[in-house]
Amino acid sequence: MLHSLSTYLHKKPRLRLVALLTTPVLWLVIAYLGALAMLLVTAFFTIDSFTGNVIQQFNLGNFHDMLTDAAYKNVVLRTLGIAISVTFLCTVLAIPMAFYMAKIARPKSQKILVALVLTPLWASYLVKIYAWRTMLEPGNGVLDWLLGPIGIHSPGFGGPAIIIGLSYLWLPYMILPIYAGLERLPNNLLDASGDLGAHNFYTFRKVILPLIFPSLVAGSMFTFSLSLGDYITAQIIGGKLQMLGNVVYQNFSINLPFAATIAMIPVSIMALYLYLVRRTGALASM
Amino acid sequence: MQKKRLVSILAVASVAALILAGCSSGSDSASNSGVPKVDMMKELGAGEGQVNLVAWAGYVENGSTDPNVDWVTGFEKETGCKVNVKTGSTSDDMVALMKTGEYDVVSASGDASLRLIYGGDVAPVNTDLIPNYADIFDNLKMQQWNSVDGVAYGIPHGRGANLLAYRTDIVKPAPTSWASVFDVNSPYKGKITAYDSPIYIADAALYLMETKPELGIKYPYALDQTQFDAAVEVLKAQKPLIGEYWGDYLKHVASLKSGGTVLGTTWQVNINLAKGEGTKVEGIKPAGGSTGWSDTWMVSSKAKNPNCAYMWMNHIASPAANAGVAEWFGEAPSNAKSCALTADKNHCTTFHAADDAYWADVYYWNTATEACLDGRTDVKCVPYSEWVKAWSSLRNS
Repeated sequence: MLHSLSTYLHKKPRLRLVALLTTPVLWLVIAYLGALAMLLVTAFFTIDSFTGNVIQQFNLGNFHDMLTDAAYKNVVLRTLGIAISVTFLCTVLAIPMAFYMAKIARPKSQKILVALVLTPLWASYLVKIYAWRTMLEPGNGVLDWLLGPIGIHSPGFGGPAIIIGLSYLWLPYMILPIYAGLERLPNNLLDASGDLGAHNFYTFRKVILPLIFPSLVAGSMFTFSLSLGDYITAQIIGGKLQMLGNVVYQNFSINLPFAATIAMIPVSIMALYLYLVRRTGALASM
Repeated sequence: MQKKRLVSILAVASVAALILAGCSSGSDSASNSGVPKVDMMKELGAGEGQVNLVAWAGYVENGSTDPNVDWVTGFEKETGCKVNVKTGSTSDDMVALMKTGEYDVVSASGDASLRLIYGGDVAPVNTDLIPNYADIFDNLKMQQWNSVDGVAYGIPHGRGANLLAYRTDIVKPAPTSWASVFDVNSPYKGKITAYDSPIYIADAALYLMETKPELGIKYPYALDQTQFDAAVEVLKAQKPLIGEYWGDYLKHVASLKSGGTVLGTTWQVNINLAKGEGTKVEGIKPAGGSTGWSDTWMVSSKAKNPNCAYMWMNHIASPAANAGVAEWFGEAPSNAKSCALTADKNHCTTFHAADDAYWADVYYWNTATEACLDGRTDVKCVPYSEWVKAWSSLRNS
């Protein structure tokens, strides 16, 4: 039975393709593009000011509110700032780590190191952020207890806390692509650069960096986009500071169309980011 | 090639958008004229085996928080209705949850109940099917937040005031008025908290009623534009004092316990929980009065388990359960017979269950509308949707 089916399909390549692709294409169109389209459409609706019911009439009021209120410009800039800082911090931490893993550590310990980098991903997001809450607690948190005697104090809950928390969460997503990129980099290129008289930093800048650039871009897409949409970290260790995700969270129960309007911002930023990345050609060499 | 693909993706997306827009334009849009007609239940049938509730923290306890606090297990055994509860952290949350149609019953405060009634999300309640309704205090029945045109939309649950919480070991001297949370020179800067909901604007308005009588605020849910702007200014000035705004009561209790929060608005149940964990904290109703709530159990117009829903409403209004929840949450019960059943015999006296004078300066949460709720007709008041926008703007600036 199975055999005859496979012979039949073998003769009809087109049917084979259809059978193979129907489910994923349906999924993509309905669940993914459908949700995006719904978001876009909802952004133009409005609500009844008393009952909060959505009124399905074309209306630009949400965009007007979003663009005229300085608070939303601030929250966009703040969120961008946080996402860029997190990406920068992750890059700075990940490059030496990945370099050690790929080029210096012995093959045996390489595997152990990869496993260690992956371990935090096994723990729940919430557990990790609540752990940071206890650590950053101003006055009686772990950080103050540990570093207080040498004069370093916890930054407290707020922007710096969010950057620390998110960098901690997304670091593995930066280390792994860079590690993969460095592994593919032939050692003799580094030797050649050294033989030709280049200093370590010069080799890094002129040889390593251009070659692992696609990996950096891949990693940054994770850290940047994940930070851009996050709201739970801000809720738990952000104090009174809010990110774009919080605005959406705050509004979706009261004013769904406005939440949809706000949600268009990170979507547009990511689309622009991907467009810029594509222009650099990094996507093609990934 | 790349361009072609982009074009085709855009085409698919726009087709999807058109289909969705087409589908949705067929459904009816909300009308603002009067209450949508929803049928009332005529007679009670057999239970469906479960009931889904949206409730405030501490309203539905099955012994998992404290083994001695349980008015759910007995109900489940007696009626065969398994109780599933979803805790709402703000009234806005509850309204949104009820709109999903997945819940049968909600414990709505005054700033949610009317929105639910006019939104067609809740059904009128046939009080003849609720024997315990007879024992509810008369001055809680058929009020403007739980009835429309002489039709009851719910069973009164109980009432209480929002309290000023302070850590007795840290805040000295003890605060006596809400001014302590709005004082820009407060020594507790960064350790003050406020409730994370647009309804908190009323707390600022209440503070202005006392400190700036020239504004002429008579009722904190009826603010004209000048009064509203003044209240928002108070909150803007307060923001640097705030460490965290609280919406999640568990995080709030943890914050009181760790000392991250030492002063600010709270509910009695949070004080009780924090005290239970050994925190030195007290809550007071300051001299100038307080905002507060008077809650109502309402049944969804889309209830899938209406019989169990009615059984639950009858159960929670019964003297024993009502006494239990009133004592655990720290509020005044709604059932007159509850007072005889509380563990602390003075509970009803402490919480002024029948003391109308006490409630005179408690302003129950209400939904602000353009027509001023205090009866003024010469001005337009700021409706709740503007409160939401102002709050969102304040929180994100």
